[in-house]
Amino acid sequence: MNTLREAKVGQNLRVVKIHGDGAVKRRIMDMGITKGIELHVRKVAPLGDPVEVTVRNYELTIRRSDAEIIQTEVV
Amino acid sequence: MRIKIALAGNPNSGKTTLFNALTGSNQFVGNWPGVTVEKKEGGLKGHKDVTLTDLPGIYSLSPYTLEEVVARNYLLKEKPDAILNIVDGTNLERNLYLTTQLLELGIPVVVAVNMMDVVNKNGDKIHVKKLAEELGCEVVEISALKGTGIKEAANRAVALAEQKKAMKSVHTFSSRIEEALNAIEAKLPDSVPEEQRRFFAIKLFERDDKVKEQLKPVPDVEDIVTAAEEELDDDSESIITNERYTFISSIITDCYTKKSKNKQTISDKIDRIVTNRWLALPIFAVVMFVVYFVSVTTVGTILTDWTNDGLFGDGWHLLDIGAAEYADASDAYSLERTKIDAYLAAAEESGIDVEAVTEALDPETENPDASAVTAFEEEAAAAGIEGTAEIYNDEGEIEETFPVSLEDFQTAAQAEEPDPANYGVWVPGLPGLIKSGLESINCAPWLEGLILDGIVAGVGAVLGFVPQMLVLFIFLAFLESCGYMARIAFIMDRIFRKFGLSGKSFIPMLIGTGCGIPGVMASRTIENERDRRMTIMTTTFIPCGAKLPIIALIAGALFHNAWWVAPSAYFVGIAAIVVSGIILKKTKMFSGEPAPFVMELPAYHWPTVGNVLRSMWERGWSFIKKAGTVILLSTIFIWFVSNFGVVDGQFQMVEDLSDGLLAVIGRFIAPIFSPLGWGEWRASVAAITGLVAKENVVGTFGILYGFAEVAENGWEIWGTLSSSFTGLSAYSFLVFNLLCAPCFAAMGAIKREMNSAKWFWFAIGYQTIFAYLVSMCVYQIGMLVTAGSFGVATVISLIVLVAFFYLLFRPYKESQRLEKEVRV
Repeated sequence: MNTLREAKVGQNLRVVKIHGDGAVKRRIMDMGITKGIELHVRKVAPLGDPVEVTVRNYELTIRRSDAEIIQTEVV
Repeated sequence: MRIKIALAGNPNSGKTTLFNALTGSNQFVGNWPGVTVEKKEGGLKGHKDVTLTDLPGIYSLSPYTLEEVVARNYLLKEKPDAILNIVDGTNLERNLYLTTQLLELGIPVVVAVNMMDVVNKNGDKIHVKKLAEELGCEVVEISALKGTGIKEAANRAVALAEQKKAMKSVHTFSSRIEEALNAIEAKLPDSVPEEQRRFFAIKLFERDDKVKEQLKPVPDVEDIVTAAEEELDDDSESIITNERYTFISSIITDCYTKKSKNKQTISDKIDRIVTNRWLALPIFAVVMFVVYFVSVTTVGTILTDWTNDGLFGDGWHLLDIGAAEYADASDAYSLERTKIDAYLAAAEESGIDVEAVTEALDPETENPDASAVTAFEEEAAAAGIEGTAEIYNDEGEIEETFPVSLEDFQTAAQAEEPDPANYGVWVPGLPGLIKSGLESINCAPWLEGLILDGIVAGVGAVLGFVPQMLVLFIFLAFLESCGYMARIAFIMDRIFRKFGLSGKSFIPMLIGTGCGIPGVMASRTIENERDRRMTIMTTTFIPCGAKLPIIALIAGALFHNAWWVAPSAYFVGIAAIVVSGIILKKTKMFSGEPAPFVMELPAYHWPTVGNVLRSMWERGWSFIKKAGTVILLSTIFIWFVSNFGVVDGQFQMVEDLSDGLLAVIGRFIAPIFSPLGWGEWRASVAAITGLVAKENVVGTFGILYGFAEVAENGWEIWGTLSSSFTGLSAYSFLVFNLLCAPCFAAMGAIKREMNSAKWFWFAIGYQTIFAYLVSMCVYQIGMLVTAGSFGVATVISLIVLVAFFYLLFRPYKESQRLEKEVRV
């Protein structure tokens, strides 16, 4: 399963499914990462984590450990 | 009746700017009950009877974050008459997500689309009419920054509020969900008002645990929800969220025309450099250096010195006119005093009685007895006394020696202490002015002492840090509103999250190396309450500037100024933060709040001067107001116990600190510190006076060992100290003073930022007990290793050590729900 955790800078990804439940999942979805949406992996923080993605025309940062629940496919 | 309007919107949507523009100076800042989330209210300009409440910046009305729960509880229970929903026009999609939820509350909503100036500049177009139609509410275009359209937005909200008509949401979910929602609505108890039924139905469908607390009885809807979930193959919460975004996507193309795609904005260009993989850390270091250099090292120190030594000290030379000349004269004078002391010491050694002449030459003596000096001079001449003066450097080493003849002594005896008022433009400090005022009305000495050394010194302690703090707050407000603060969290998150802290905790800790008070106050920039509390509790572990003299004292007295003492103090401070972060993160008090780090990185923009200054002033004022009382009262208390005591069976003001009540307290509590290796009353007294200001520890030792005044690092008492301490006990004393409760001013700041008596005492208690245990382990285990001594305390220390490791490594799972109660 490919997830946002393994994403490389510059990739364009489509969200297949968001796993898990509770606060992290809700927060991720509240911020606009929903099924079918396209993400652009824009940057990785200097220390390798978290990552920055462009979603719905704005910049969002997310820790790799949280990004693990976002299943993606390369567009 | 007053009309209540709530201002709601995403963080970074310009909400604060709009709130400031709509209310002006007519604001009241407080906290939402029971939490540290800031609550702002203000009278709407031009409408006498309208109160505008600024809700916390939120993205959703989920039950998982404190801000969101605070906001929705307010909206449900206080039922404002209208909601003014500000949305960022440059980021419409995500901002409308909150709007879809606000529309379900049954409260009339006016949507104010902000940043229209930027939208227009980009050549984009928002079709307001269409948007209003789709959302089923009024929509106004505004620019909070430029002030356009904001009056209209406010007027429309007021008009809607006056109509008192409940709002009906027009947006619908897919038919399968609507079916479920209708079924749930039918099951709701009658006590739920008509206009809120849809909101509660949706929340029940989402299995929202916070809403369940508000319903009595809670209807059993599990069957309905599970059935819908199975059919739609997702959990109910995600179904609703998905549907909302699907709705927004469906209307956005009709409402928003984007001129060009994927054009790089200026903000994008800035961000490419600022958070670049290779440049981010160097740039961050430069920014932090500038913040530190200006607000702590240069401007900050100048301002703090001025308030402490000038305004609340002897006085100051206006614009430094005459300061240099005075310093020269002052140096020359102290050289003369050194000669006098040297000569008198030599005379005393040859058996001449110098008591009378010492008193006559003391600058403090009123009406000195000139004949005593003449008599001494004759005697000294007869005995042919020659003195040797020694000039010491800061380390207490002899830098220079030269002979002092009788003639030198005679010249020196004529020297007069220079008066700073005779040099340049001298402005006397407040204590001096008050003192002469009190003397002129023949005030009783104890009252004069209370006013000058208790109250004025206390007020000085409160205000002394304010100017420096204001400088820092300007930086913080700037970094926050320009968008860089969010990037700091992005850059530093990796390091800090392991200890239950935020990447933004870096700034409080950095500032804490200069002074813990602004350091603690800087924690305000951290949104997450858990991270913020953790930062407040641990920031003062870092050795601040005032702790450096203690380090210098111990290093000089016991360790021959060994190079490793000072670095080890910083190491102890950082280790204390790391260990505390990990231990506390796993405790019940901290684990109840989930903190997923899914954060928006807002576009960079230039903040307005007005907003920066207002934020600076609000924070500074809240320190004075909320921290002031604690600092003032505790300073007066310490003054009282230092200056009063029982002498000859009578309670009176005492001259000597060792006769005061404080010494009694010190003797009483000293045994508590025996397991730490310094159960001597002087050390206890010094530690207590350290609570007024940490640098007092050195001065107190000086006084208790019989010196009127000692140098900053106290080299005069190094010898005495080394005889009453061992290396281990001194290091244990150092560790205790570094980690224990900070000075009263910092405690005041902690109280202000915790905004809760329970959390304040928890923080102070934790710091002190932690300091005690660490010092005990250092001493006892050190003794076991070096001297092989073994006793009850050794056993306890070993148990404590094992417990530390257990707490440090026990398993831990991040909470998935907000477990704390939020009152309304």
